[in-house]
Amino acid sequence: MSAPVGLVVRAVGGGPCLVQDAGRPGHAAIGVGVGGAADRASYELGNRLVGNAPGAAAVEVVLGGLEVEATVHVTVCVTGAPAPLHLDGRPEPSGAVLTLRPGQRLRLGVPASGLRSFLAIRGGVAVAAVLGSRSRDTLAQLGPAPLAPGDRLALGDAATGEVLVDAVPPASYDDRPVLRVVRGPRDGWVRDVERLVTTTWRIGSSSDRVGLRLEGGGLDPVPARGELPSEGALRGAIQVSPDGRPVVFGPDHPVTGGYPVVGVVIDADTDRLAQLRPGDELGFRWV
Amino acid sequence: MKVLPYGDRGLLVELADTDAVVRCVALIRSGPATSGLVADVVPGARTVLVVARAGVPIDLLRAVVPDEKDLMCGESPGHQGPPPAEVVIPVRYDGPDLERVAGLTGLTEAEVVAAHTGTPWRVAFGGFAPGFAYLVGGDPRLQVPRREQPRTTVPAGAVGLAGEFSGIYPRSSPGGWQLVGRTDRALWDLDRDPPALLGAGVTVRFEEVP
Repeated sequence: MSAPVGLVVRAVGGGPCLVQDAGRPGHAAIGVGVGGAADRASYELGNRLVGNAPGAAAVEVVLGGLEVEATVHVTVCVTGAPAPLHLDGRPEPSGAVLTLRPGQRLRLGVPASGLRSFLAIRGGVAVAAVLGSRSRDTLAQLGPAPLAPGDRLALGDAATGEVLVDAVPPASYDDRPVLRVVRGPRDGWVRDVERLVTTTWRIGSSSDRVGLRLEGGGLDPVPARGELPSEGALRGAIQVSPDGRPVVFGPDHPVTGGYPVVGVVIDADTDRLAQLRPGDELGFRWV
Repeated sequence: MKVLPYGDRGLLVELADTDAVVRCVALIRSGPATSGLVADVVPGARTVLVVARAGVPIDLLRAVVPDEKDLMCGESPGHQGPPPAEVVIPVRYDGPDLERVAGLTGLTEAEVVAAHTGTPWRVAFGGFAPGFAYLVGGDPRLQVPRREQPRTTVPAGAVGLAGEFSGIYPRSSPGGWQLVGRTDRALWDLDRDPPALLGAGVTVRFEEVP
């Protein structure tokens, strides 16, 4: 049962190109996290635009650089960070549904704003599922390896609907977002939790799908509280390490964490986190 | 017992000890409303994080959290049915922290090994990494703090102690537990169903090998 090859990877960029889907929820008890597309709304939009069933596997691309060549007629769409598209060298609008003919090459350039673009492919990427998901978990090292030149992407059978629109307006991530945070559960483990919402934070350079390191300030841990027994974590959780630096957990966060979580970004706002580049600024507000 | 909000999709249930955690997880998993409301249940050392399915309001999620009185009774639903499986883990007790553990506990190295192998352990919960299991119920003399400086690399199969727990690193990773030995058993194998050797409730006996 081998699926037909649809695309061959000709080049990848500076950032990783990862197969992602809706993730693998429900396996925390064996140490496996949810993972999945970092910006779920952009990922889901792409699948809808190419007529895929929800959960079809797409390619998550960091700061462009991916080039693919079609071996059959393949319908694709790029959502999320608005990477400039070139089809055999000819510019195409980001957000357009494109059908590649055999031999045609699509290249994603560096987006003007945002971090992660999603290449949705009609039918989805057919790779073996691990624990019910085709997503790459970078922390647990589960799922398909990062794409490399020469990789062949087979087409799946997720094309269940029609292609109803031919383009959506490209997204823009130029604003300085102020994300909504629920206080706690361990806000009492720092002396000055209000500084979380009064500081203008900057994304640190060593940020990835596991977590975003926040720079530009710090919180003051209560030293006498000692060691917190490990407890469950979620994407969007803001964990404060003993040196006072906050880390916001991304989709590949550890299932449990040992440092206090002083606030949790509400679920809907975690997609915006996935589009922040190193150096980008953000704020938080309580809800 | 305390229930704390964890963002807009989670509730963190604080409990007295690991036994209460194990009972709470079993009660939530077997609850009638759980499959419709709960995306995942994440056990911790003293807590259970209950995660709502997308679109389920957090207020509805409170319905799946067990009453405190149900957590008091000794038997959990997991203890009904067939007895749990037993897994024997052969260990070479040559870990780099064996001497330190002996110093911390006041035992000789041979007594540490005898204590670690003398009592069956039980999987309380998983976490940290795929296939990692937190084992409880061992000899209480073996309670030691984590290392002050975590190691950047702990080899696969390393057997460690931390607090009330023992555990085995499924693959090479950073780690802060006190390492007493090493095993060749594969803790995580995707070609096996289930991939984790040590599932919830499994009994583990360590056996010294030369």
